[in-house]
Amino acid sequence: MDSSQTVASRPFHPKEPFWLDPRFRALLFQALVLGAVALLAWYLMANTIANLQRQKIATGFAFLEKEAAFEIGESVISYSAADTYARALFVGALNTVKVAAIGIGLTVVLGTFIGIARLSSNWLIARLAAVYIEVMQDVPVLLQLFFWYALFYEMLPGPRQALNPMIGVYVCNRGLIVPSLNPHPAWRWMILAFTAAMVASWLLRAWARRRQDRTGRPFPVFRTSLVLVLGAPLVTWWAFGFPRAVTLPELQGFNFVGGKTLSPEFSALLLGLVLYTAAFVAEIVRAGIQAVGKGQREAAMSLGLRPAQVLRLVILPQALRVIIPPLTSQMLNLTKNSSLAVAIGYPDFVSVANTTINQTGQSIEGVALIMAVYLFFSLSTSAFMNWYNKKARLVER
Amino acid sequence: MKRLKVIFVVAFVLAWTLSASAGTLDEVKARGYLIAGVNGQVFGFSMPDEKGEWKGLDVDTARAIAAAIFGDASKIKFVPLTAVQRLPALQSKEVDVLCRNTTQTLLRETTNGLNFTHVNFYDGQGFMVPKKLGVKSAKELNGATVCVLPGTTTELNAADFFRKNNLQWKPVVIEQTPELNKAFFSGRCDVLTSDVSQLAGHRAVAPNPQDYIILPEVISKEPLAPVVRHGDDQWFDIVNWTVMALIQAEEFGITSKNVDAMLKSQDPEIQRFLGVTPGLGAALGLDDKWAYNIVKQVGNYGEIFERNVGPQTPLAMERGLNALWTKGGLMYAAPFR
Repeated sequence: MDSSQTVASRPFHPKEPFWLDPRFRALLFQALVLGAVALLAWYLMANTIANLQRQKIATGFAFLEKEAAFEIGESVISYSAADTYARALFVGALNTVKVAAIGIGLTVVLGTFIGIARLSSNWLIARLAAVYIEVMQDVPVLLQLFFWYALFYEMLPGPRQALNPMIGVYVCNRGLIVPSLNPHPAWRWMILAFTAAMVASWLLRAWARRRQDRTGRPFPVFRTSLVLVLGAPLVTWWAFGFPRAVTLPELQGFNFVGGKTLSPEFSALLLGLVLYTAAFVAEIVRAGIQAVGKGQREAAMSLGLRPAQVLRLVILPQALRVIIPPLTSQMLNLTKNSSLAVAIGYPDFVSVANTTINQTGQSIEGVALIMAVYLFFSLSTSAFMNWYNKKARLVER
Repeated sequence: MKRLKVIFVVAFVLAWTLSASAGTLDEVKARGYLIAGVNGQVFGFSMPDEKGEWKGLDVDTARAIAAAIFGDASKIKFVPLTAVQRLPALQSKEVDVLCRNTTQTLLRETTNGLNFTHVNFYDGQGFMVPKKLGVKSAKELNGATVCVLPGTTTELNAADFFRKNNLQWKPVVIEQTPELNKAFFSGRCDVLTSDVSQLAGHRAVAPNPQDYIILPEVISKEPLAPVVRHGDDQWFDIVNWTVMALIQAEEFGITSKNVDAMLKSQDPEIQRFLGVTPGLGAALGLDDKWAYNIVKQVGNYGEIFERNVGPQTPLAMERGLNALWTKGGLMYAAPFR
């Protein structure tokens, strides 16, 4: 029942005692509920603290400053066992961000592709996409992770028998090892040039749109941007005289030294998460496209728009309104599912936090940190997607 | 009606608070069985056999506690716990006692709010490698990839060892032992590190046990002992003296076979131990036949060792540090009087 109706249908009569006033009652009950929640929270907190004190378990976040003393398999920033728990946890959080960000990017591309394939008029392509979606959705993601991980270490040879498809590239059960570029100031300038080109393209697009609105003359934005984004870093590279010194990986003792390694743990986790989540994204994309009325396409075609323009200017903007909200929740799912990493040895945030909890015994603080970090990931993802959703929404005039 | 509800709620909260403060022994007795946290994945220490029956040294230690309390070693439920789960499970009362190859350390006894009872296995950390690598010493492991369980003292000792010897290494940390072992046996890691007893256990169930060797270096002391929560002295005493009773029985020469005959022994020490002369059991809050029940149903420490990890088993472990103190080992029980 809608409360505003109740309030409207029962106007306040001054003669009535105040406790029969619906507005007063609404306030009272809300205050009561709030009080009850606060009381419960207080009870739980007090109980926990009392229990911890009774069991003489230390509390607080002081442990974050202590030496972690355990090693982490892979990290984006430098880390050693002599660093603090805080840095160890940060390394774990960055590992989670790395797998989630790359995973989300690949999932959206693959999911869109399969979702469109599912609607293809080609019977075989549509069937294949349907089978893919059914299989991936029905097998639990943890099993898929085990499968991919086992595939890596069962199928690939050891480092001494590593496959060597190209000079300096090795594939073995330690991962994919490729040559790494030697440090050079050019790399930083190339990244700067790339960023500048991206900004310029964005400004160009805004200008082209304004000009088209004003004069009706279109401008080849995509092609110009492509030239800008690819050209600027290349020109920078040329300006520095094409630095291209690399370190080739080399088998030394047990393992390869030099080069960059893509570990089996990271690869298996990324592959498993992307293939699993893409099946859900595909269904969302399909639903989104099917939600746009057939008449829209026909009307757009009759205006003389080309098929690509129909998709970009008419179909997708409308489909996006249906796609974005469920897509957001799939992105969050992927991020959260990345915590299954502990099963296959990728040192994500939960894995590092688990070790921290166990080495320090600070379960409550550790779990609180896990909750806070995932809450932060989820809220920032959904904040960004809500902003995007607002932009993509139907503008009502 | 409303008043009744209020009374009911108050009574419930009171009962809850009161029951929370009752001793572990009372809780276990009221429940009718003991809940023991075990590893569940280490052959020889705790693992279900092909018939689904729990077998192992830790399992038998836990059964001895059940025998001491109920006079029935089968009144027990085993809860398998990973290294990461084990301490919180005990702290939060999911289990009454942890018999799970857990190393006694200072921080675990203080900041974690736990108490370790008498050691039931003296162990040390070692390294296992495939023979074909040709490694003879742990000092040669520079650059190695090492499979290790998370949240263990093992993880810390390994980091210390490689730091101390200035060696590079890369850990692969997987939570479930079977998955970790698969990664090692398929060659994802060069080295598997764990307590030597566990390495022997994992090797015993490996696809080709003869292809692996355990390196001679033992890089740490790992006294493994049952664990209970801080602050329940009676419960601590029961678990502590149960482990000691197993050792004492072996020292007296009392086995599951001859324990009935031993009841007629004229030795006053044995009479006290087996409850022929009453007093010891009552002091613990147990039946005076507690030690008799332990030995009758589970055996003494020597029997448990031989049955689960001794030379006749696939683990083929020597008694070593785990021999009685009278035979050059560290197994020593305080006097039963």
